[in-house]
Amino acid sequence: MSSNLRTLCSIGGAGKYADFFRFDWKAQRWNLTVVLGAIIGGFISVQFLSDGSEIVLNPETISDLNQLGFENVGATLLPSEIYAWDNVLSLKGMAILIVAGFLVGFGTRYAGGCTSGHAITGLSNLQLPSLIAVVGFFLGGLVMTHFLLPLIF
Amino acid sequence: MKLLKFLLVGIFFGIVLVKSEAVSWYRIYEMFKFQSFHMYGIIGSAVILGAISIWVLKKAKLKSTEGKEIYLPPKDKSFVRYILGGSIFGLGWALAGACPGPMYILLGTGVFSMLIVIGAAILGTFAYGFVRSRLPH
Repeated sequence: MSSNLRTLCSIGGAGKYADFFRFDWKAQRWNLTVVLGAIIGGFISVQFLSDGSEIVLNPETISDLNQLGFENVGATLLPSEIYAWDNVLSLKGMAILIVAGFLVGFGTRYAGGCTSGHAITGLSNLQLPSLIAVVGFFLGGLVMTHFLLPLIF
Repeated sequence: MKLLKFLLVGIFFGIVLVKSEAVSWYRIYEMFKFQSFHMYGIIGSAVILGAISIWVLKKAKLKSTEGKEIYLPPKDKSFVRYILGGSIFGLGWALAGACPGPMYILLGTGVFSMLIVIGAAILGTFAYGFVRSRLPH
């Protein structure tokens, strides 16, 4: 999935700035089509295949998040504390989304793959590099969840 | 028309990830807190099924829809890029609660603020391409 980000850079003309983006992006049309399908799949799921039921989380998770100031935990897919426009359109809220996206985009290309490329396909293909990448995913994720999120919220 | 099968794969992928709640920020948080088997079950079963599929692909020398043999290139041997890149990715994953696939899916569910995350991810990818030659790999 993450290689589409590189393709989008290439389409946007990033090849002018770095060799990394100089490739025939048209050969990646199939992958962009999967992205388009994923967007449609998301739309179909919420419009036609959801009854609005809550996400049944571990009660401990809910109380941990309540302590951080999150409300209505599990009522929707994403916390309004991060994704609702009221919060997004503040300096802090905007910074959270931009930093998060930037880290994902930078890290995934540096590591050469994301959850789909390394954790699922790479591990399925018994690739040691993918296992190292997944260990990295968890190192970063654990640091964010246990140490940084309590500082941010 | 040739692209239709990819569109269908994408739609299926999107529906499965929404219905399994793998696109939920809360599920990612819960996973990193080790408070539920949920995400481990999803990823674990995907890996087991994937491993069996790849084993069958190789054994039976199955061909793709284009009639070519399916070849999965081995990943380059290295340590630094995977552990560093992976950790940077992990920090962003736990903060955004979404990795590159779910970002698009969540946009489809109507979360338009996700466009900011996607835009920033494109910017992050661009930044990597820009400094790539100066990073240890």
